[in-house]
Amino acid sequence: MNLLFTIRKEMFERKQQLLTSFLTILLGITAIVSINTITHSSQTAVKQELERLGANVLILPRDATVQSYYAADLESGELPESYVNQLSNSGIHGMDNLSPKLSASMNIQGQSFILTGILPKNEMRSKVFWQGGGTNLFGATEQPSQECLTVDLPLGGSAKPKQRIIDDLEKDQVFIGNEAASILNLSQGSTLELKGQTFTVASVLPSSGTVDDTRIFAHLHKVQELLNKPGTINVIEVVGCCQKIFEGLVPKINALLPLAKVMTIGHVVKTQIRTNQMMEKTSWAFISLIILVGGSGIANYMYSNVNERKKEIGTLMALGAGSGFILKLFFIKALFLGLAGGVGGYITGTALAVFLGPYIANIPVTPLPSLMGLALLISVGIALLATFLPARRAAKVDPCIAFKEI
Amino acid sequence: MILSMIDATVEYRLNNQSVKALDDVTLAMESGEFLAVVGPSGSGKSTLLQALGGMLSPISGEVFIDGTSLYDLSCDKRAEFRRLRLGFVFQTFNLIGYLTAQQNVQVPMMLNGDSTDDQLKRSEYLLEKVGLADRMLHKPAELSSGQQQRVALARTLANDPHIIFADEPTGALDPETGLQVMSFLNDLNQEGRTIVMVTHDPKAAAMASRCIRLVNGKIESLNQTQANPVKFPAE
Ligand SMILES: Nc1ncnc2c1ncn2[C@@H]1O[C@H](COP(=O)(O)OP(=O)(O)O)[C@@H](O)[C@H]1O
Ligand SMILES: [Mg+2]
Repeated sequence: MNLLFTIRKEMFERKQQLLTSFLTILLGITAIVSINTITHSSQTAVKQELERLGANVLILPRDATVQSYYAADLESGELPESYVNQLSNSGIHGMDNLSPKLSASMNIQGQSFILTGILPKNEMRSKVFWQGGGTNLFGATEQPSQECLTVDLPLGGSAKPKQRIIDDLEKDQVFIGNEAASILNLSQGSTLELKGQTFTVASVLPSSGTVDDTRIFAHLHKVQELLNKPGTINVIEVVGCCQKIFEGLVPKINALLPLAKVMTIGHVVKTQIRTNQMMEKTSWAFISLIILVGGSGIANYMYSNVNERKKEIGTLMALGAGSGFILKLFFIKALFLGLAGGVGGYITGTALAVFLGPYIANIPVTPLPSLMGLALLISVGIALLATFLPARRAAKVDPCIAFKEI
Repeated sequence: MILSMIDATVEYRLNNQSVKALDDVTLAMESGEFLAVVGPSGSGKSTLLQALGGMLSPISGEVFIDGTSLYDLSCDKRAEFRRLRLGFVFQTFNLIGYLTAQQNVQVPMMLNGDSTDDQLKRSEYLLEKVGLADRMLHKPAELSSGQQQRVALARTLANDPHIIFADEPTGALDPETGLQVMSFLNDLNQEGRTIVMVTHDPKAAAMASRCIRLVNGKIESLNQTQANPVKFPAE
């Protein structure tokens, strides 16, 4: 027999009280974990959405729509390529990546494809204004700037965006989407004729499940030449820092480029972001409440436990238990409660989130193992804190209590 | 001299009123003595026992056991002293309800850090000694009060104490079981242990080798029970 045995015996002797106090802490941690898990999954969903959409700001010709942008409808107007320089030199903050593009529909072997002109990374870098970052083929964030990491959306962070940056693209080379390649029966090194000019396939792009799979990418200036539109583009895709977008990046660009129309694709996900922020705020209010309720539940339990056991404590002290033993008797019990509440709360909270998430937030929810640490920290913290006062009081119980004829 | 109390005064404070429960008491005991403490209710008998047993610090005066001044020790050192040398028997037994009879007897050995094996062996031996070999796995609630007090006696003996302090050990027992407990205490005294026992029971007091009477926190008379049987006022 030892201290731990004694604690276990005592805990299970009073199952009902133990269960009640365990439930307060369990429910609290369950709520914390489920809310956090759903919020996190929702944020991940937003992030994935943004990644799927690529750039979150589009600079389009005034008459263009997002639809015409996706359809590469050349009729909806065009922009001067000089806008890219203008933007870069403007000193507007919050633009991580600028990708000028010119797209047009093209008939090859009786099928319609979209030919998109892009600027490879090496040419972007050669421009004096370009500092850091890379021109991303699809405009997805390569490396968000430092301040972006601190905003509400965890762009960057743990998940690595697909690295599909075109470092080099010669004027006689093309990159070809996965689907287009199989339709046209092309592979790396094959040649392709476009408007009478011959191109070599530099690479077949991996499937992305988007319209990009049916695109052919060539050097922007070559496409301008083919389409006979020198110095023209029909979109600048911008990866904007989310925080800056909210802070008025769009009106600033609008003022700078009068012929352009600035759109945030992000407006689709904006509502989701708002929901997340709200969730997060409520979740903190909730957590405080839980700490209060769970804490007082445990405190109450430990407090009355000490009171009920005064005579036992006095007897133990008469038999020669030091104050350290008495403190351990209660603290280890609290530790058990805290650990059990933390682990149990994590499991039920995660299960709840995974099963209810799709109904509540309309998103698939995946478990978040890192929350286990937080759950344990809060749970054990509450239990130990709530035990501190009663336990200290217990260790000070006068052993003469043992002589009272209660 | 195994135990001595010199000019000890104990006061309780209750709502700014102080009650003098022990008033300048001096007392000495030789090893192997069996002392009975009698006196009216509220006269300070339990207080005296606790002060002698290192459980209640007097506001003035000293208590020595085996030459150690108890109240010059730290609280935890005093607890250790109690664990190693003193035994306590309570009127209401004070067994721990969630432990079995055997586990209750193991408690002092557990506090000592003895191995489980030793704990089991000795607790078995002691429970046999008090005639409860067949009740080892019972919880206190499943035992009669006489049996509970015998478990408590076995627990007291766990660490083989030199001195046993008993506060009305027969107070909650019927006369027959009370007698049984008294005969155990007598045996322990015969083994050479020093015993201090508070009691209301003249028959119990008669078994002691010496008897003192406490009134209003003062020792009123000292008697050799054999020579001068103590008179007990009707209470
Ligand atoms: N914890 C306490 N607080 C205040 N007064 C107490 C306390 N314990 C005992 N007393 C008082 O001290 C006196 C002696 O009590 P006690 O030693 O228990 O007497 P006895 O055991 O002889 O009945 C009584 O007047 C009692 O009311
Ligand atoms: Mg008393």
